[in-house]
Amino acid sequence: MILVGERINGMFRDVGRAIASVDPHPIQEWAQRQEAAGADYLDLNCGPAAEDPIKAMRWLVDTVQAVSSLPLCLDSTNYDVIEAGLERCKRPALINSCPAERPKIERVFPMAKRFGAKVIGLTMDKKGIPKDADSRTALAMEIVAAADEFGVPLEDLWIDPLILPVNVAQDHVVEVLETIRRVKTLSSPPPKTVVGLSNVSQKTVNRSLLDRTFMVMAMAAGLDGAICNVCDEELMNSVATARILLNQDVYADSYLKVFRKRQ
Amino acid sequence: MAVEVIRDRYTGRVGEVTLGATKDQGGTRIHTVTVGGDSTLPFLQFEGEVPHRPVIALEITDVAPEWSEPLRAELGEVWGDPAAWAKKCVECGADLVSLTLIGADPERQNRSPEDCARTVRDVLSAVGVPLIVRGCGNDEKDNQVLPAVAEAAAGENVALGTAKQDNYKTLTAACMVHKHSIIAQSPIDINICKQLNILISEMNLPLSRILIDPTTASLGFGIEYCFSIMERIRLGALQGDKMLSFPVICNLGYEAWRQKEASAPASEFPGWGEQPARGVLWEAMTAAAVLEAGAHILILRHPAALRLVRRRLDALMVPNPM
Repeated sequence: MILVGERINGMFRDVGRAIASVDPHPIQEWAQRQEAAGADYLDLNCGPAAEDPIKAMRWLVDTVQAVSSLPLCLDSTNYDVIEAGLERCKRPALINSCPAERPKIERVFPMAKRFGAKVIGLTMDKKGIPKDADSRTALAMEIVAAADEFGVPLEDLWIDPLILPVNVAQDHVVEVLETIRRVKTLSSPPPKTVVGLSNVSQKTVNRSLLDRTFMVMAMAAGLDGAICNVCDEELMNSVATARILLNQDVYADSYLKVFRKRQ
Repeated sequence: MAVEVIRDRYTGRVGEVTLGATKDQGGTRIHTVTVGGDSTLPFLQFEGEVPHRPVIALEITDVAPEWSEPLRAELGEVWGDPAAWAKKCVECGADLVSLTLIGADPERQNRSPEDCARTVRDVLSAVGVPLIVRGCGNDEKDNQVLPAVAEAAAGENVALGTAKQDNYKTLTAACMVHKHSIIAQSPIDINICKQLNILISEMNLPLSRILIDPTTASLGFGIEYCFSIMERIRLGALQGDKMLSFPVICNLGYEAWRQKEASAPASEFPGWGEQPARGVLWEAMTAAAVLEAGAHILILRHPAALRLVRRRLDALMVPNPM
């Protein structure tokens, strides 16, 4: 399971403030905390409030790379912002994200190729997010074809079937699970699958329980990665346990401890 | 028709363990022995690296053993004289000498920790190869004997065994203090194997000083089960499981020679053929099987078996240029 730490996002008040006041300490603290908690990537999103998002992204990349050697996941809908970040990244980054829309594909995939970056492709287009697994899979196929067209290796393509809050779109959850299964049949090698996990529990009570239950269900469906709260210990314990039950790790009585120390 | 060679790529590899220490390294060994480091399944040189050749130790005991007749015929003259026996092992081509302190067993001679430590020192003086020292198997007694041995051999980086899930702390501490490597033994159980490695590493013994003894059965007595456990250990290491990424040591002489196929005289089973050749073959075939499963250190008893296994190893170590 590839875990992308979600916490360095301007949507969180402390991070938003740090970006606005150019204060590196909260950012670096979250970078180190998430790395210690077992993150494989760190998501960077300057949030909607950043005055100059290009400058903010460059600063975020530099600030995080000063204390962490983890690869970064550059998260923005503005591709100039992502490009500015890619120019600073010391390790191949993950572009978060690109929908199945031709102009955006034409902007993102050549950029990914140029920087050797990986891409998260979203199963949505101009019309929005379809409900059923068939339509989601069809959009995933468009993105797979785009990766092939622009020469981005399929191992570097991550498909996000877009999980929505369960209190908004409860009927989407099973469709997302089915999409995760089907995406694996689209190509050889298949693309990876990833979800923005915390989305499933937006504005609910029992957020952690919903997150970890969905995580385990998605892992059973073949999920490869998640952008999530890696500092949620119960979530990490669930991931470790699911890995054991899916025969991805060899069981030992101390498996939880070993999973936490795996870096 | 051209055959496409499928090569798997792995993220992990088996860790390397070096046994013995030369003068520069604080010991008195003439050379050291390094095993492990593999980045592929056993001997698939076309796919990954097999940087170190598996090695063969010959077993000796501190007091004369009750081993079967073909072993007595070959080695009996040096039984009871561990230093002379160790020298003979090296003359026969052993990469290491493995000393089992059977005399410490309370049900045998009940030798004292001091006597056992003296035997270890005698053997260290007699030969220049790295040493493996294993206790008598009685946990309580081993916990007295092995720390004394560790101290007597301080700095020599001996492989000391055996640690078990319910008895590992004393030996781990002795290995830490006196700079030795540990043999972590599990009863043909990959989960206990991993757990024991975790427990030992939590005591901060460096990972480069842990050997896995997965417990081996002889040919004909459950070797298939051992084979698949060893395979899973190797696959775990290759998939990046650090707590399974240790070289594997197999105590084969003991297993092979205690079976009647190896130890029964021809008079008892006339159809089975002459005993010496049969016993040697039983031991060598058991060794050949566990090599394919991923063993790095083999403990054998009969010099003729060593020669056979060495020939097999020569062939296996020729890189396949596929």
